[in-house]
Amino acid sequence: MSILVNKSTRLMVQGITGKEGSFHTSACMEYGTNIVAGVTPGKGGMDFEGVPVFNTVSEAIEATKPNVSMIFVPPAFAADAIMESVEAGIPLIVCITEGIPVNDMVNVKRFMVGKKSRLIGPNCPGIITPEECKIGIMPGFIHKKGRIGVISRSGTLTYEAVWQVTKTGLGESTCIGIGGDPVNGTNFIDLLGMFEKDNETDAMVMIGEIGGDAEERAAEFIKSDISKPVIGFIAGITAPPGRRMGHAGAIISGGKGTASEKMAAMEKAGIHVVRNPALIGQTVVEVLKKR
Amino acid sequence: MNIHEFQAKKLFAQYNIPVPQGKAVYSVDEAEQYAKEIKSNVAVVKAQIHAGGRGKAGGVKLARDKKDVAKFTNEILGKVLVTHQTGPEGRCVRKLLIEEGVDIAKELYLSLLIDRTYSRPVFITSLEGGMEIEEVAARTPEKVIKEYIDPSVGYQQFNGRNMAFRLGLAPEIIKQFISMAGNLYRLLTEKGASLIEINPLVITKDNRLIALDAKMSFDDNSLFKNEDVRAFRDLDEEEDLEIEASKHGLNYVKLNGNIGCMVNGAGLAMATMDVIKLAGSEPANFLDVGGGASKETVKHAFQILLADKNVRGVFVNIFGGIVRCERIAGGIIEAAKEVEIKVPLVIRLEGTNAKEGLEMLKGSGLNLQVASDIWEGAQKVVKLVGGA
Repeated sequence: MSILVNKSTRLMVQGITGKEGSFHTSACMEYGTNIVAGVTPGKGGMDFEGVPVFNTVSEAIEATKPNVSMIFVPPAFAADAIMESVEAGIPLIVCITEGIPVNDMVNVKRFMVGKKSRLIGPNCPGIITPEECKIGIMPGFIHKKGRIGVISRSGTLTYEAVWQVTKTGLGESTCIGIGGDPVNGTNFIDLLGMFEKDNETDAMVMIGEIGGDAEERAAEFIKSDISKPVIGFIAGITAPPGRRMGHAGAIISGGKGTASEKMAAMEKAGIHVVRNPALIGQTVVEVLKKR
Repeated sequence: MNIHEFQAKKLFAQYNIPVPQGKAVYSVDEAEQYAKEIKSNVAVVKAQIHAGGRGKAGGVKLARDKKDVAKFTNEILGKVLVTHQTGPEGRCVRKLLIEEGVDIAKELYLSLLIDRTYSRPVFITSLEGGMEIEEVAARTPEKVIKEYIDPSVGYQQFNGRNMAFRLGLAPEIIKQFISMAGNLYRLLTEKGASLIEINPLVITKDNRLIALDAKMSFDDNSLFKNEDVRAFRDLDEEEDLEIEASKHGLNYVKLNGNIGCMVNGAGLAMATMDVIKLAGSEPANFLDVGGGASKETVKHAFQILLADKNVRGVFVNIFGGIVRCERIAGGIIEAAKEVEIKVPLVIRLEGTNAKEGLEMLKGSGLNLQVASDIWEGAQKVVKLVGGA
């Protein structure tokens, strides 16, 4: 079953004719993702590798009925692109763009209240259901169809975890990068809930990092609502306070959001916390054996 | 990005948020000159560095007679201040803010920031001015008042009333408070700030509400919108190597250990630092070479890593996704021709074309060791520098 995306996903790409957009659209197509439309204002009527390009999201919807949008629009215009898809009623929006102003995201989040869309990202690698549908910039070949759900705030660290899970032979049901920004669309909690209900997922891997309290809140939720095992890792135990570590959201501020606090909260909630990131895959195997 | 108090107060003045009369000075002469222009007989001399805890470190002096401004300026200017936020090496004071003294009747706390959990701006205020808000919140959470703002309509008068009446402010202060909070909200949203903190916000004996201190941080992603804010960047407050790195689009943060690391991706870069510590040593830096690491990027990254005198070994950890490993390997080989690498080098390549990359490195004749995973790599480099 997997979650959110699968073989029947019909993908639209906003920013399809840009450098990043066109490169990754091709890679997603090669993986087998069904891309039905592209949107670039002013380039309507064009054709990108057989995919029709439209000027607006609503035109694309009318003609091609997409149910997911992938966004590669530059940071200054990305909030506008997200809201265009929200207003047009696209159920799932995956925003890859890095560098969106936080105030723009605050407005997007407010705009989404009461609307039907779910946003993944921004500043994320995307979402993939192995061997069915790849939406984003992750390398496809490291994934293998399986029964482990992966949720992460990071990009390459997600690949690291996924690759380890693949090498154990287990494989993944769906992998989602929720992004490294302080204000994002979807956090751990909603996705953990979906994996809990998915009968093709046996366990979840959760990769967090310093900054904010998303991991602490997820830990509370896991304690009360999740019965499947969760294996967790938090990056940044050696990160100094007050410094932004690459991601806009990876910062310990006012002494809050440290890796040790997060790990403690997660352990208290019964999550199998891995201290050595090289042991994520192995730990998943061990935890499943014990069940 | 952080800015100085005197810069924040300039922005405050633009947004009609009352601040004491004051000016930034760079020399004793300038300070002496300006002291004469101050209305009050009492003046304050404040060190301008990007770190809190200046008062306790001797960076803030009250001149009861403004004739003493020159003396205090002489004492503080050029001094290295060590506060709980500067680290043991401290920060050199290159500029001062000279301000009029004000007669304080009461000290409050007021800040405005983006709340990550609720994705909204939130005001935080308290009657416990002058204390660190984290301390107040930990000890007496009931004394901390929060007011969330709906970004679709922005700040409303009732938001201000909610705070002012809960604080129990006097009627003549309430109006000033409500208007000040509105101005702060405009400043935050228009200039792309992520935090504005006034601690203390004071009520004077003649019933004026004045921002005695001002701290502002900006969202780096919003800087492109405001040239005036970008101009506030102060390179004196940044590490030389970090400035150099930012010129080449590298995300570099200097730390105090002796193992340099070069990684693609922020999360993996942090995880790499963490395994170095697990293996028994300390990372010298955070370095994310980004998604499009080219030969040039790798070269600059090596130059920056090796310019740090503490570095005694380097660990390169790359997970090739879109970036193909053989391109990184090529970059390393090319870089090694131009940058002399005298310290042990351990390389781990994984992902897209990792095999080809490793073959290239092995055949290059470079003095390096390869590792098959992140843990083996960390252990190898730590062992080579004799750290564990």
